[in-house]
Amino acid sequence: MQIPKSEMRTPKPQSVVSIQEVNKTFNSGGRERVSALQDINLEVGANEFVSLIGPSGCGKSTLLRLIADLLSPTSGRLLINGKPPYQARLDRDYGIVFQAATLYEWRSVSQNVQLPLEIMGFSARRRAERAQDMLKLVELEQFSEHYPWQLSGGMQQRVAIARALAFEPALLLMDEPFGALDEFTRERMNMELLQIWGKTGGTVIFVTHSISEAVFLSSRVVVMTPRPGRITRILDIELPRPRSFETRQDERFFASVTEVRESLREAYLG
Amino acid sequence: MTISQGTGSLSRRVAYYLPTALTALTVLLAWELIVRAFDIQQFLIPKPSSILSAFVAQQPILLGKVLTTLRGAVGGFVLGSSAGILVALITARWVILREAMLPFAIAANSVPIIAFSPIVFNWFGPSNPFSWMAIVAVIVFFPVMINTVRGLTLIDPRALELMRSYAASDFKILFALRIPNALPFLFSALRVATVLSMIGAVVADFFGVERATIGKYITQESASFRFENTWAAILLVSVIGILFYLLITLAERFIMPWHVSVRESGH
Repeated sequence: MQIPKSEMRTPKPQSVVSIQEVNKTFNSGGRERVSALQDINLEVGANEFVSLIGPSGCGKSTLLRLIADLLSPTSGRLLINGKPPYQARLDRDYGIVFQAATLYEWRSVSQNVQLPLEIMGFSARRRAERAQDMLKLVELEQFSEHYPWQLSGGMQQRVAIARALAFEPALLLMDEPFGALDEFTRERMNMELLQIWGKTGGTVIFVTHSISEAVFLSSRVVVMTPRPGRITRILDIELPRPRSFETRQDERFFASVTEVRESLREAYLG
Repeated sequence: MTISQGTGSLSRRVAYYLPTALTALTVLLAWELIVRAFDIQQFLIPKPSSILSAFVAQQPILLGKVLTTLRGAVGGFVLGSSAGILVALITARWVILREAMLPFAIAANSVPIIAFSPIVFNWFGPSNPFSWMAIVAVIVFFPVMINTVRGLTLIDPRALELMRSYAASDFKILFALRIPNALPFLFSALRVATVLSMIGAVVADFFGVERATIGKYITQESASFRFENTWAAILLVSVIGILFYLLITLAERFIMPWHVSVRESGH
């Protein structure tokens, strides 16, 4: 694999995301308080691919939103590149992809990819160039003038990834990006995501509830359990890279899948 | 890849409009035949053929009279919808203002505003063209404003989070997200507003003292039992109303070719 760009930018190994003693409770109307996250501690280093996995209600999406500063923690400390999440958001330190592609239907594919660049004040020429490069990266350059409704779900999600990467953020946050896709499309998208990541480098935090997806993609898998949402285990995935379709037939792949499944089951029973 | 473009071929277009055209033709034919067969009195319902010949005969007079009415309708439409859009933009920006005002706007929208026409004529004068425009503007204002506010504020929360992740200013969110999101809402309100403005202008004709209007023509011809002329005037007002409606639909297609309503009607 190529040397990721961000590795050249930051020679010192420093935590890209540092989460210390974070708690998050929601007021669900009235006096009742729901503890969404409890005592969360997590360090994510540069160029890591970390998955957060767990059943619905384990707070994995909430954790991602705290990192993105789309929510604020009730207590505890988060640092993104050594800065509070608010500052990191203002500095445009991360790109985000949701489960729904969330493309603006009035914009063409190319204009959708240009959206963040427009907000950030890039010149029209640089915007067009970047959009073209990004669409080439996700192999949709011939669809640049199409509108979102003319694309399939998988293609729309690739546009969303291109949009998230358009301004070259060193951190990519993904909230169940392939959750709405069928199994075959999902596996293909997993492969494509790894190829894209191989070219761009950077850190990825990936929320999913698919065990095989988490194992296939990640360097580390963070297992979470609900009520209250907490981290029960963090597993290293020792599969060689680049990963391919054969990876899914590898014994070590099955071993890791079993290990993640056991951790989830233990957490449920215990 | 299955990519379907919205532009149908000519034969497909004909096939699309054919049922509508056939229905219209059948209804007119049945109307003509029934009136002839049962010898229905002219003042109850005239034959389509006599309406058409009255329309042709009265055309110069009708066109002269309809201009006053049309001026009121178009002027009021422009005034009322501009004011509606402007107020919507202001209230969408300040949540407190919107929450304080919207219930009143919705209540006002259900008031039969047409009943206020005599009061409006009292304010601006019974032959002042602005009276017509004011009546129409007030009718048009509420649906346009309420729909535009909805369009500016009913936004996919993810689309807003995306903007937040880019640290976009409120100003950029307004132009890049809220306004495009509001366009389909605005256009559906404008289409309704075209119909409302024609109704408003004709009713204003009834109350005003200006004689050269289509509304006055309708009352006069009815009083003189020349009902085929009344029907001819109604036909003219309807045709203008439909053209007005189509004009807005055309503008909609031009301004937002991406939208579902536009995509599907092309097939």
